[in-house]
Parts: sequence; C-alpha cells; structure tokens
Amino acid sequence: MKPVIGLEVHVELKTKSKMFCGCSADYFGQKPNTHTCPVCLGLPGALPVPNKTAVEWCVMLGMALNCNIPLFSKFDRKNYFYPDLPKGYQISQYDEPFCLKGNIKLDSGKTIGITRVHMEEDTGKLIHEAVDGQEVTLIDFNRSGVPLVEIVTEPDFDNAKDVKEYLQKLQQIVRDLNISNADMEKGNMRLEPNISLRDKQQEINKKLPDYKVEVKNINSFRFAEKAIDYEIKRQSEILQKKETPVQETRGWDETKQKTVTQRIKEEASDYRYFPEPDIPPIRWYESKLNEIKSQIPELPDEKSNRFKKLYSLSNDDIKILIKDKDITNFFEEAVKIGKKHNLTPKQIANHIINKKINPSDLLPIKLIEKIISSSLYEDVNLDEIKKIVKEIIKSNPSSLEDYKNGKTQVMDYLIGQVLKKIKKKIDINTIKNILKNELQ
Amino acid sequence: MNYSAYTIKELKTSLKKKHFSSENVVRDCIQEIEDSKHLNAFITVCKDEAIENAKKADKKIKDGIDQPLLGIPISIKDIYLTRGIRTTAASKVLDNYIPQYSATVVEKLEEAGAIIIGKTNCDAWAHGSSGENSDYGPTENDYLEGYVPGGSSSGSAVSVSADMAFVSMGTDTGGSIRLPASFCNVVGLKPTYGRVSRYGIIAMASSLDSIGHFTRYVDESALVLSITAGHDPKDATTPKKNVDDYESYLKKDIKGIKIGLPKEFFSNGLDTKIKEKIEKEVNSLESRGAKVEIISLPNTEYAIACYYIIQPAEVSSNLARYDGIRYANDRTHFTDEAKRRIMLGTYVLSSGYYDAYYKKAMQVRTLIKNDFDEAFKKVDVIITPVSPAMPWKIGEKVNDPLAMYLSDIYTVTANLAGIPGLSVPIGLIDGLPVGMQILGPHFSEGRLFQIGQAVEDSGL
Amino acid sequence: MKINVKHVAKLASLNIPENEEKKFENQLNEILSFIEKLNSANTENIETTSQITGLENITRKDQASSSLSQDKALSNTKSKHNGMFKVKKIL
Repeated sequence: MKPVIGLEVHVELKTKSKMFCGCSADYFGQKPNTHTCPVCLGLPGALPVPNKTAVEWCVMLGMALNCNIPLFSKFDRKNYFYPDLPKGYQISQYDEPFCLKGNIKLDSGKTIGITRVHMEEDTGKLIHEAVDGQEVTLIDFNRSGVPLVEIVTEPDFDNAKDVKEYLQKLQQIVRDLNISNADMEKGNMRLEPNISLRDKQQEINKKLPDYKVEVKNINSFRFAEKAIDYEIKRQSEILQKKETPVQETRGWDETKQKTVTQRIKEEASDYRYFPEPDIPPIRWYESKLNEIKSQIPELPDEKSNRFKKLYSLSNDDIKILIKDKDITNFFEEAVKIGKKHNLTPKQIANHIINKKINPSDLLPIKLIEKIISSSLYEDVNLDEIKKIVKEIIKSNPSSLEDYKNGKTQVMDYLIGQVLKKIKKKIDINTIKNILKNELQ
Repeated sequence: MNYSAYTIKELKTSLKKKHFSSENVVRDCIQEIEDSKHLNAFITVCKDEAIENAKKADKKIKDGIDQPLLGIPISIKDIYLTRGIRTTAASKVLDNYIPQYSATVVEKLEEAGAIIIGKTNCDAWAHGSSGENSDYGPTENDYLEGYVPGGSSSGSAVSVSADMAFVSMGTDTGGSIRLPASFCNVVGLKPTYGRVSRYGIIAMASSLDSIGHFTRYVDESALVLSITAGHDPKDATTPKKNVDDYESYLKKDIKGIKIGLPKEFFSNGLDTKIKEKIEKEVNSLESRGAKVEIISLPNTEYAIACYYIIQPAEVSSNLARYDGIRYANDRTHFTDEAKRRIMLGTYVLSSGYYDAYYKKAMQVRTLIKNDFDEAFKKVDVIITPVSPAMPWKIGEKVNDPLAMYLSDIYTVTANLAGIPGLSVPIGLIDGLPVGMQILGPHFSEGRLFQIGQAVEDSGL
Repeated sequence: MKINVKHVAKLASLNIPENEEKKFENQLNEILSFIEKLNSANTENIETTSQITGLENITRKDQASSSLSQDKALSNTKSKHNGMFKVKKIL
C-alpha cells in the first residue's frame, strides 16, 4: 500500500490593508473587533473592492511556482453558514483562479504538481470559553477579510518527509518574495494534508483511492510530518482488515499525538458557487504580467545553484547561508570585500557559520578585518595556552601579589612572558582573558 | 400652509427670499405624514432630527450658502442605511437595527442640503411589486382607497404623490421604482446600473439593483440624478464615467428623435385602456417631430423566467449575512416572500441544478441584452407600458406569488440589460394613475429626461 | 422538478415548520414550472453575462484606512462579552 498525499496550504499576505476593505491587515495581538468596518463585518449594504497588491502578490507567487497565469480571472462566492463568516459567503475563486498547473522540485529531483494558486479572504476567529459558568463561543472579526492565498498540490506526495521539505521550500519562497512572514505560530501559514493509501493496482492504473482523509489543526511542520505518519499507519491497519477508512476530516491532537475524528462529512458541502456580482473580473495584459515577473527576486533554488557555481560551497553550507535574506546579503558583500584580501568564500562561510555571526552586529568589512587579524595568529589550542599561563603565574608569584594590589601593568609583563614561552603568534586578547581568569 | 404647489426650484427661490422657512416646509410635511397615517407610507418619521436640520438649513440660507437641495425635505426607502436612524428593510429581522454608517447616496444628498424627513415603507427586502409584503403592513395608494401603490418602493412613491416629501429615494431591481411611479402618478427614474452607488443600500440582487428616485416633475428628477450619480470608490461596479449635464437636455427639441415601440410589449395581456393612452401620447410626440417605428425584442418572453432565476439566486446569497449574531434578529423572523425567494435561489444554485437554471439564465440574459443593443442601433429610445394592468385591490394577488411576479413583465428587461428607464405619468384611468416607460441605452438618462419632459408638456 | 423543501431550507439555514412545508413546496414548484420556459430559448454558443457593466480590473491601492471603533462594531448585537460577539458554544 502506497500513501497518496495532497496538500492545501493557506498563506496570509502581509499587505497593509485587508483583501476587500481598507481595514489594517495587521491584526495579530490587537484588541478584538477594533479592525473592522461595514465590509469585513458583513454589515448590510457593504460592498467589496479588491486589494491591488494582494492580487499581484498572488500572481507573483504563482509565477514563482511555475504556474500558468490565465489572462482572464474572476472572483466567486462560496456560500455556507458559520459564525466566523460574516457575510454567510466567502469571496474566493472557483473555476477561473489566478494561477494554474505549476510545479516545484524537491532536492531528490521529484516534481510536485501545483494544481492551483488562488485568492480568498480569511474568516473571523473563534474562541471557546466559559462565561458565567456557560460554555460559549466568542467571535473576533479582526482577522475577517485578511488576504489569503491558497496553494493546492496534486496528490503527488507519497511520504511525510517530502511534505516537510515542500513546506520548507514553499515557506522560503514566500518569505523571499516578501509577501508573507509565513509564520505557523502566528497563523500566517496554515496547512491541511489529504491522506489516503492505494494498492499496487491503483498505482499502476494511476487511479486515486475512493476515499481520503483531511487532517486539520496542525500547527508546525514537525507535527505535519508526525500527523501524516500517524495517519498512514492508522489507515493501513484499517485497510489490512479489508475495510475502507471513513472519508472524514480529522484533527491532530498535540497532547495525544494522534489524529481524532472531528466530524464525518455525510455529503460533500454544497457551496453553490456563482460569479461574484459585486466585483468586475480581472483581465491581464502581458505587459503587466511581465512587470510582476520582473519583481520576483532570486528564489531559493536559483540562488542555491548560483552559490554552488560561484562559491563552490557544500550543500549544507549553502542551505544555511540562503535561509535568511540578511545573512545571504551579508555573506555576498563580505565575499566581495574579502576577494581584495585574498580571502576565499569558504573561509568567510566557515566564519559566519561556525561563529554564528549576526549580520546586524557588524558590517561585512568588519568581519573581513576580524578574519584577517585572526588568521595572522596561529591556531593554538586554548588548553595549551592555559597550561603555559598557569606555569608563568607559578613562576612569578610576586606578579600575582602586584596584580591583586592593583598594579595592572604587571599584566603586560606576564603577557610578554607567555608569548616568549609559547613561541607562537597568538592574539594578545586571548592571553589577557585567560590570565585574568587565572589571576582571580 | 401647503407647499405642494411649489416646485423645488420655486421653493428654493422662496426660501432664499425668506417668504417662509425650511422649518415651515418641514413641519408641513410632517403634518401631512401624520394626517395620512392610514396610508402607512412611513416606517420611521424623523420629526425632531428633521426640524433640527431644517433650522440649520435656514441658518445656512441666511448666510447666503447655496446647495442644490438646501432645506428641501426628502424621504428615503427603508433599505438605505442612515447612520443613527433605524433601518429595517421593512422586515422584522432588522426591526431594531441602528446603522453604524450611511449609504454613499445618503451622504451625497445630505451634502446637497436635503432634509431627511423619514424612512419609507416598502416590500420587505424589496421583494414585491405591490407594497403588500411589508412586515409593517401594506402601504395604500393615495389615489384610491384600498388599492395598491405598486412596489417594492411603495412608501417612497406615495410619500411624493401625497405631498409628504418633495423627493424620495428608491431602488429598482425588476421595476420597483417604475411600477409604483406609474401607479402613483409621479416620475420615477431607474438609472443605468452602476450610474449611482449601491454602497450602504441593502442589497437585493447585486447585478440588478439600480438606485433611483421619485419626483413630481421630470426636471426635478434630473436635478436629483446630478447629485446622486457618479463613481464611488467603495462600489466596484460604478464606472469612472463623467456625469452628464442632465439639465442641459431639458426643454430640448425632440425633432428627429427615433422612438421604437417593441411589438412584444403591446400584444395580448396589455390592458386596452392603457394601450390607448400610450398610443395617444406617442402620437403627440410624433406630431412634434419624433420618428416612431415598430421594433422587436424577440427574447422578451423569457425575461420573467430569466429574472426569477438570477434575482432569487443573488437574494439567497445576499440575505445569508442576517444570522442574528452581529446585528438584527435571527433568521426565524423572515416572512414568507423572503423565505420563498431564498429557497428558490438556493435551489437554482445548488449542486446539479446550476447549469440547468443559473447558467442558462445568464445565457438568456446575454440574449436580452443583445436584443436591446440591436434595437438601439435603429432607434434612440424605446417606449413601452410600465404595467400590463391597472393597480389592483390590496389582498387581491397576495396568495398567488406567480401572478404577482408576472406584473414585472415590462420592467425586468431593463434590469437584465442594465439600461436606464424613466416612468412618466400619462393620466388617469377610472381614477387610477397610469404611467409610460421610456428606455434608452446605457448612460442615456439625459435623453430620457428630454423625452419625458416632452410627454409632461403634452398636457394630455 | 420537485423541490425538496426540507433539504433546501437546511442549506439556506431557514426553519420551515412542518405544517408549512407543503404550502411552500406547491408555490415553489409552480414557479419552477413557469421557469422551465427557459428551456425553449436557444442558447447554443451564447456566452453568459454575469456582469452587465463591462468593467474590468477594478481594484484599490493597498493602504490602511480607519476602522469602526469596538463599540460601534458591537453596537447592534444583543450578545457580547469582552469586546467579542458571543454565541452558543460551537462544537
């Protein structure tokens, strides 16, 4: 039995305003219901007007995922009732989304198909609490109307590890495009895997199993991997008994570390999609699409390949260097400067990685200076220096007395003695620090 | 003192000259409303606010400030949101709703100096052609006791007809301004879809709702449109197109204007007395130089079926927000007609039925639109009756929803095509008013006013 | 086409009392029969019209504007707690 996994990811865009109104989209941590207006609160008579930046960012993401951008697109209403959905419908995209048929390549070379990337609006937030002894649900609409991009993959995954890699790659792309922080903890990236298993025959015929299980409430990539592995195990046990797992939505229970039944879907929801009459459709012109494409910065895969070619670094080193934009820029700046001083990219990379350099602490040129000065010194084992320092102090008992009495110039004398003995070029500061320690 | 003899222009002149004050006029209107309570034209009367605002207007007039409707009392259909003033949509669902904001059009009218005298009664949620579907009781036609005033903007039409206000704002989704205008002897304008902002007006059918108004005279209708028309960044269906100088079309010669009479609108089913009156009117226009020809709008027979799929579908979605959580009473407060339309709409959009109903209706809509596009290549305007029948007695059709829907036969096509329509009074038949409809291409309201005024001047 | 009032009412979150189901079913079926008229319209190769304005690409600039105050947002609800709307617990 082989797993068949598809993934649905929602990414919250970090636009200034919401998808269909001017309320601030920066809702995290704000007092409840202070970022609402007639539109996102679903008041009578309110009308939506799409956010230009959000639409362009959705297309940009689709392009980064090698999608086809149809020249004609529109919004549709997805009708259903739920307390966090103020209008009783969500403005989304149904049959003519912004982006279609893309793909993303995993490190192994495997290609994951992207079915579609489309635009929709977020719902309000529900909080379950006890108020005056009664169990109630409280609703905060600050999040209602925040722009969401939905990325749906083909059911091309067959293991949890690949899913994790995909999520990391997608997160990196989204961050590099600077359209979202894609922070799972803050809820600006959410994911829902669909998992089922199929037998050899179905695999050969490229047929999908006749059931699938959706898993919700996964709050980290790590849990995504665990939840998928758990589901694969749970489902294969059922299938081994010659039974079919129930088609349902399950929730990941963090404490119990298992998936649990949430609600059984008796029938597929009838969302009664129809074209959104309040919003005219979108027609793209090639010039505009080219303009959006030109705004796409160098993406992780591209960058990785370039680094390999240019700097001859290991894959692991590259991964670390390209993860954070600031570190990447810092590194490349440092390499430029370092070249003039005959420093290799590898040396610079080592320094940044091993010494965990924080780019906001110093300028690239300072790093170069540091590396140069540290390489003027020979590599000596700290223990060796300590041993010699101890010997020097032993053979200079009066120095200890003088130092304790405040005669700090004795330090210089002692440093000189250490250097003489060690007969190697060492950073004076290193010796000084060890001496200070030993003299306490 | 009764000010109904004054036109708005004359009122403004008199107010400027201090013959009387805005407060006088407002108080007179309020008295009229109270004396005509039995007509049930209003749901909310803003007595104190109106008098307060009238006083403010009088001060402005004294200071020499001039605004297009300064000091003039107007009424507004109770589906327009008015900040701080109860807005019910004539439904018990919104019985106690106090809006947190005002419709764009309301703000524009207030900026033009108009005094809001009250919110008028209508069919609940604008669902109706007679005014009988209001949860606050039917409105009565002031021409004949016990007869319907037409709907859904029933109270709006009556408020102008019975001198309770000089202008009333309404909405027209399938004829809801033109029909009551015709039944109440007033001028009713349905502008081009998108010409006037829908922001802040409770949506009935989003792709069909047109925001218009009632006045006694055609020139006053032009004045109001020049205030309400225009692009609104809050309504994505309003184009940036310039607002025409409507008043420049008034008193213009109609020589050479081509008028089309669609044969499908003058066949069986049309009351012969209404037909005669229209023919008389058209002859008069012809005698003044207009050219008349018979045209065809072949897909007219599908209009009602098309409309009664698209409209309920959009209604079912637009009314989904009334769940009683953030405002309003819960959905158990919906009454029968609303329930019917919601269910009908839900059904035609539901899985398995979308293609057969909704998609088909959208295609037929294209056919109807094309009919008008073709017609307007040959003629400048189209003249038709507004209603196949005269106003009926209250209660006569309430138990037959379908019969009620069929009264929209001459009006729904304009909404499906998005074109503007002006209903002008052409006299009385057995004591009840009858109106005639003038239709034109998108954004041709000026031309409609031109013909409308010619009809007004015919004195028939 | 016979309409299933119970099913449609559920989808529409409406409660139709049992004793009224038949009435609505009759009325709606009558209307649906009338609507069947559309079937005789020839719509082969005819595009759908969902937007009558002909407008396209209407968007707004991404800038934040003011929101309603918390009080205003909650001003019309009968059930609230700590600045939030309150409903019966959702399972």
